[in-house]
Amino acid sequence: MEILFKLFITFFKIGAFTFGGGYAMLPLIQREVVERNEWLTAEEFIDILAIAEVTPGPVAINTSTYVGYKMAGFKGAIFCTLGTVLPSFTIILLIAKYFWEYRQNAVVEKIFLGIRPAVAALIFSAVYKLGKNMELNIFKVIGALFTVLAIVVFDISPIIIIVAAALGSIGYFKNKEKDI
Amino acid sequence: MNLLKLFISFLKIGAFSFGGGYAMLPLIKKEIIEVHGWMTTKEFIDILAVVEMTPGPIAINSATFLGHEVAGILGSIVATIAVVLPSIVIILFIAHFLSKFKSSPYVDWAFKGIRPVVLGLIISASITVSKDAFIDFKGFILGTVLFYLISFKKLHPILAIIIAGVTGTIIY
Repeated sequence: MEILFKLFITFFKIGAFTFGGGYAMLPLIQREVVERNEWLTAEEFIDILAIAEVTPGPVAINTSTYVGYKMAGFKGAIFCTLGTVLPSFTIILLIAKYFWEYRQNAVVEKIFLGIRPAVAALIFSAVYKLGKNMELNIFKVIGALFTVLAIVVFDISPIIIIVAAALGSIGYFKNKEKDI
Repeated sequence: MNLLKLFISFLKIGAFSFGGGYAMLPLIKKEIIEVHGWMTTKEFIDILAVVEMTPGPIAINSATFLGHEVAGILGSIVATIAVVLPSIVIILFIAHFLSKFKSSPYVDWAFKGIRPVVLGLIISASITVSKDAFIDFKGFILGTVLFYLISFKKLHPILAIIIAGVTGTIIY
């Protein structure tokens, strides 16, 4: 019981103090999970990150589910994940319920006219950073452009594109392996 | 009925959100705006800005907020559970077979194919958002300056949004 409570509190803290999502959360997760509580070794933590990369969903959720499961089984997984989600869930709900109606206000309207270009800038910046980090070659660029074309022009569902890319890639490498 | 639709939509979003928050925007847009018509792109961008300023992963915050807009508190709960459910199930599964999963070449191969798609998804999101975000030349300049500061001067996203909001009250 004590461990469940401790897991919950720790991940509640992680959920409450990590702005910007995803990779911004990693230093805090590492400090709490690896250094302070020693629930994972440094090596295990790196493994989790690799798994989080190739599985869907936010890194924070993937990590909390794994740590919880390892420390206290299925119940642990639920408590950790709940802890991570609860702070933002509460904050967002309060905003949606009590503050969102004020966005029709003239000043708030102006604030959002300024904020929308900032949101666009953030996404463009994500494009730039990802492009820089993934060692682009001609195949990756074509893959990315093909995706943009499929979504923006032909309105194909992202799910279909992801599944097709994964299967196509597996087929390609399996074939290549046979040749060698 | 809306709750069931909401649950299924966010289950799909959770199951196919690779590469962090922004890559799932095209799928959210498809489900929330195009298929179900629950809100406009403008409203969606505004919610995105709020989500960016609150702690926690973008995917989960978006689910909580969008769920509330569609079906109140119950909608929030349903959408949030739906969006995390696929990750929880997959991770629990992997936790059992960790060593096998790590050494499987199939995982590596599949991801090599998905990576360029993730980049394409984020580019698509930037195109969509641009249409509603840059309504005039002033907005375009503001966006360009912020892009530069975020990408090259390490301006924090939250700070960027605050600066943009203050600038908005001055220039509009």
